[in-house]
Amino acid sequence: MTSTHLKIGPYELQSRLIVGTGKYSSLELMQQCHQESGAEVVTVAVRRERLVDKNSGRNILDFIDPKKYILLPNTAGCFNAQEVVRVAKLGREMLTGSGYRGADWVKLECLGDTKTLLPEPVGTLEALKILVQDGFQVLVYCSDDVMLCKRIKESGAAAVMPAGSPIGSGQGVLNPNAIRIILEQLKENDPAYPVIVDAGVGTASDVAAAMELGVDGVLLNTAIAGATDPVKMARAMMLATESGRLAYQAGRIPRKLYATASSPWEGRINA
Amino acid sequence: MELCVNGEKLLLPDGATIQAVLDHFKLQPVRVAVELNRDIVPKKAYSNTSLKSGDTLEIVTFVGGG
Repeated sequence: MTSTHLKIGPYELQSRLIVGTGKYSSLELMQQCHQESGAEVVTVAVRRERLVDKNSGRNILDFIDPKKYILLPNTAGCFNAQEVVRVAKLGREMLTGSGYRGADWVKLECLGDTKTLLPEPVGTLEALKILVQDGFQVLVYCSDDVMLCKRIKESGAAAVMPAGSPIGSGQGVLNPNAIRIILEQLKENDPAYPVIVDAGVGTASDVAAAMELGVDGVLLNTAIAGATDPVKMARAMMLATESGRLAYQAGRIPRKLYATASSPWEGRINA
Repeated sequence: MELCVNGEKLLLPDGATIQAVLDHFKLQPVRVAVELNRDIVPKKAYSNTSLKSGDTLEIVTFVGGG
């Protein structure tokens, strides 16, 4: 276990893995994966209630224990600041007095188009300022542009969450150097400021690699939900998050071009 | 009167409340949030908010997402 907890907005978390609730073939499978992942925070989306053909009255919240999990409502599917603010407020309204934790924060997602699902920076910043003004703790999904990440932090975000690669693409962290620079710039004189890789990871090694860079956590959905054995992958992601964090804290050896012997050179009998 | 609920027409007796709409669709107030003509209505106001013809309601809930 890691020695220090991750603090984001009002919450102190022991797990550095945040998982989604989308794309599972059943709610029971989702519940099992949440359990195996060790996550304490799960993301949810806001959508119109189905008025007919209501999935036999089952609601996703019936499969998320309010004592074990904090909900993180997202604004997925929004394409401008007005849509983001509207959806964020509906998420907060649903959680207020519901018995679930999570009413005070939101994952801001303002997308540019439906094909890339890449974050739209201008709308993202605009929505962020409105939500901060409104009292939200805002976790901001964004691209790995260091200057944009700095503006987002300065605008009052509770956490900056650069994408490793496009949502659901499984490409991992495509530009680790961008993440390194973001970490240096955002954590200078503020080492506890949370930077989370959100989106793009495909498998456990992607998560470990991200954590080894020194990010505070990883948010993922498809990598577990879309795996051939999602429950097994959930456990793999839990272990990868922990091992990546431990390796980061342990401090890796420098890369060198040539070999260094592990056994002593002195005392070889054939010398 | 004619309402628009989640983009669909709904006919209900005059003076029906938001609670009556939720009852009509067998929805639990604790699992939804409601906008009336783009303004959020707090849950405690569902039973005493009467609707009028032409009102637009959005009823949302949480679904799976990342």
